[in-house]
Amino acid sequence: MKKDILKIGNQIIKSRLIVGTGKYKSFKETAQAIKLSGADMVTVAVRRINILDKKKPLLTDFLNPKKIKYLPNTAGCFNSEEALRTLRLARDMGGWKMVKLEVLGDKKTLYPDMIETLKATKVLVKEGFNVLVYCSDDPLLAKELEYLGASAVMPLASPIGSGLGIQNKINLSIIIKNSKVPIIVDAGIGTASDATIAMEMGCDAVLVNSAIAKAKKPTLMAESFKNSIIAGRKAFLAGRMKKTSYADPSSPSKGLI
Amino acid sequence: MAKIQLNGKKLELKKKHSILTLLKKYKINFNKVAVELNGTIINRDKYKKINVKNKDKIEIVHFIGGG
Repeated sequence: MKKDILKIGNQIIKSRLIVGTGKYKSFKETAQAIKLSGADMVTVAVRRINILDKKKPLLTDFLNPKKIKYLPNTAGCFNSEEALRTLRLARDMGGWKMVKLEVLGDKKTLYPDMIETLKATKVLVKEGFNVLVYCSDDPLLAKELEYLGASAVMPLASPIGSGLGIQNKINLSIIIKNSKVPIIVDAGIGTASDATIAMEMGCDAVLVNSAIAKAKKPTLMAESFKNSIIAGRKAFLAGRMKKTSYADPSSPSKGLI
Repeated sequence: MAKIQLNGKKLELKKKHSILTLLKKYKINFNKVAVELNGTIINRDKYKKINVKNKDKIEIVHFIGGG
């Protein structure tokens, strides 16, 4: 069998589970959970440094960006200008060209503003970024992002941090079928089985943050997600059996006593 | 003496500072941050050459946890 490799842009990503680094109790817990998740790429946010607290620990002290791929995001940006500013700063910090673009449109749902998202994608691609784009689960807009040069398209399963799982399987399956770039389900995953379903459907990867960080035991949940992604991917590659409306006995009816 | 705005906070610098000495003053490892001066990103190799002036608006950012 051909080796099952995930390539985003020109980078090979070993794990199909991408993990967010927000909402953990401590950086120590973040690092432990990420280690157990097996992820080799993590999302990070760009924020002002606290100039008054000189001893505050840094994320980079716990997660070495030389050992694990940082995927800078634009969380909290509500227009393309803010998102571009954030990612240009991220690139300056350490040469990060692979980035996660998310332009939010509404504070309550955190749904993406797709008009601003498309605008920013165009500029970032032109500036040489490899852009992974958080987007709505609209098949036409997902395709448009691909046309604009997105390295990966990341439709939401449900609202960010909601834990509601995949709410529109039909749209997601159309997006997967139509796409020539990797499809990564981003946002709304609640537990390991949600990730398995996404992978069984043929998603290339899943991005998870809250479901791990907000679990009662985040490190155990991280491990669970690692296995769920592997299980889902293998099931997809294996090809599931056909569904039927009636029973089909597993034991032969011939030779019954 | 320069009155500046650093990460949204108004400050008064008593000494003359370059970007580099300003980072040193706050014990910031310049390899782990990005600096924006009046809306323009400043390349690391220019930190030493660029002096902080009155009314400058400086942003120093780094990576934190995020999804």
